[in-house]
Amino acid sequence: MSKPVAKKAFRLLTQIPREELFAPGHGLCAGCTAGTIVRHLLKVAGKNTILVNATGCVEVSTSPYPYTSWKIPWLHLAFENASAAASGVEAAIKVLQRKGVIDPNKKINIIVLGGDGGTYDIGFQSLSGMLERGHNVMYVLYDNEAYMNTGIQRSGSTPQYAWTTTTPAGKVWRGERRPKKPIADIIAAHRIPYVATANPAYPLDMLNKFKRGLEVEGPSFVHVIQPCPTGWRFDPRYGIKVARLATETGMWINWELDHGEFDVTVPVARRKHVKHYLRMQGRFRHLTDEEIEEIQKWVDQEVERINKLVGRQVIGPVEE
Amino acid sequence: MAVTIQRAKVGWKRLPLSSNYAVAYAVKDLDVDVIAAYPITPQTTVVEKISEFIANGELNAEMIHVESEHSALSATIAASAAGARAFTATASQGLELMHEILHIASGLRLPVVMSVATRALSAPISIWNDYSDLMNARDTSWITIIASTAQEVYDSVVQAFKIAEDPEVMLPVIVAYDGYIMSHTYEPVLVPENNEPILKYAPKNYNRIKLDPERPVTMGTLASPEWYYEFKYQQVAAMEKALDKAREADKLFAEYFGRGYGLVEEYMTSDADIVLVAYGGLFGTIKEAIDMMRQNGVRVGGLRIRLWRPFPAEEVKNALKNAKLVVVIDKAISYGARIAGPVALEVMSAFYHDAERPSILSIIAGIGQRRITEETIKEIVDYSRKLLERGRIPNESLYWGVRGVRYE
Repeated sequence: MSKPVAKKAFRLLTQIPREELFAPGHGLCAGCTAGTIVRHLLKVAGKNTILVNATGCVEVSTSPYPYTSWKIPWLHLAFENASAAASGVEAAIKVLQRKGVIDPNKKINIIVLGGDGGTYDIGFQSLSGMLERGHNVMYVLYDNEAYMNTGIQRSGSTPQYAWTTTTPAGKVWRGERRPKKPIADIIAAHRIPYVATANPAYPLDMLNKFKRGLEVEGPSFVHVIQPCPTGWRFDPRYGIKVARLATETGMWINWELDHGEFDVTVPVARRKHVKHYLRMQGRFRHLTDEEIEEIQKWVDQEVERINKLVGRQVIGPVEE
Repeated sequence: MAVTIQRAKVGWKRLPLSSNYAVAYAVKDLDVDVIAAYPITPQTTVVEKISEFIANGELNAEMIHVESEHSALSATIAASAAGARAFTATASQGLELMHEILHIASGLRLPVVMSVATRALSAPISIWNDYSDLMNARDTSWITIIASTAQEVYDSVVQAFKIAEDPEVMLPVIVAYDGYIMSHTYEPVLVPENNEPILKYAPKNYNRIKLDPERPVTMGTLASPEWYYEFKYQQVAAMEKALDKAREADKLFAEYFGRGYGLVEEYMTSDADIVLVAYGGLFGTIKEAIDMMRQNGVRVGGLRIRLWRPFPAEEVKNALKNAKLVVVIDKAISYGARIAGPVALEVMSAFYHDAERPSILSIIAGIGQRRITEETIKEIVDYSRKLLERGRIPNESLYWGVRGVRYE
């Protein structure tokens, strides 16, 4: 596959479209970063977009009849089938354009929005099917690392040692017992044109990834970290700060895989120690210094792996 | 009305088709835009034939080869939400896997059509016919037609889109027929030389509410206790409306094409002491058996339930009002109920408030395709006559033809 030249559309915050397609007044928690992500996603996608939403926080809090936050056509069917639904929408648009019912020259973006439960776990089969069939759909995963909508239960995305209501820290358990499933790597194994990870604390990088995901032919996947004040147990004012620390500590690396070419898009010259990220969140409050050091080791290993993949040191050593 | 005799204009060709193929021909002639399906026995040849039509350019449609039936129905209704005429087909475990989405399809008022080649349910696994799968979908707010011949299967799929897409209905429709017994047996079927008359009868409407960036809508909202009930009551009202619309659609079909079925099919009911009520392909066997018994002077008749949901209670009562005994043969079991036949329950409930009503006997038969022949029907009628003479009709279902259970 040859990589078409990716134009970085957004270099300045002033270049972000002013049009708001995600209306205020929704019921997301105070400080929820999902709203930030969705608002910016729609700015990039624009009006000619159909969005399919898996059941989850964003879905329930933006569509309480008779209100809606969506100024674009929006469809919600169920939890596990958002990708199947998007496949149906895409097929319909394709055939109706072929038959001249819809203007064939009009580009209509089709986006799936799903949380980590709807992506890692219950929606994984339909997602894999959609990718394998090559539908021209961008999947955006907002990852808050647990089933927040039902009240903070662990998912396949919950990181090891994190407290949730179903992985409490007690005498026997130390929170979640398994490492986070590497979903973006698994998606990349489908050999789709574009896979990326993004962070709302780096909005230009995130917006450029949404734009790239929408312009490639075929399926694309953008995995966005989404700090959750309610489930991660931090002061609602710190959502973006926590998000930034995730990248500054190397716990979250912003990369993209564009037609087989891998790159880290947000290099970090000097890393912060993971304790700065972990100690801000109540879900890691029970961790001992030893356990934090253990997490630091895992991050060090992942950073080493990523640097090898890129072929240079894009993520630097821990400095503080 | 503008339905002056169209019949002469339609050129028909007579093809040997299984009921599965009849479905595929109807889908082609209806110019369905999107088909999403997953293979399951005995539905598979529906989708194989549709794939052939698309592969040969005879049908301009998108086929989505989904990874499960859950996704099949999800993709189908989403395609419908985006404005397409959409179709899927399934059976048995596939219909069970779709169950969650059955409710979402009707709740969102998406006019999709699905064919079901009915089949028994696991466990133990059985690929053979009964109606357990369909009867489990009873309360999902899908209009449900059960056909009894391959011709009727073709015609019913055409009628199904007409009913589903009616602006006053907007509910999904199942067209069901016996797995194997009909899905894999061949009958002569008349299909039109070209599909113009079919599309004239069931024209496509691309102007309904849909996912359109020019006119954005939010579909699939959250409804609080303040609103949920109203959504559901609108489905009740739409189902009521669908009863009239199904009648009209069949009448109009008869005017266009010279074939009509009604919501129920009566066979020699007017003077019958005993009327056998059944559905699907079994009715053919019952008619044969009635002919044989009539030759021996037994006054027996038959009633076929063609429209299962909404239930045509008036037609059913009218056909059964003169009978001394009504024998309902169900090919499905509602476990734990004394009257375990779903259709028997429905027939009983239709008569409940009437002072004058026939005795009603519920028989379970044909489970997992346990064979039902004309002889079986005669045995059932003989036994029913005995019960009539004894003047005691059991208030519980009889399990006909199962090992270890005998009725004498």
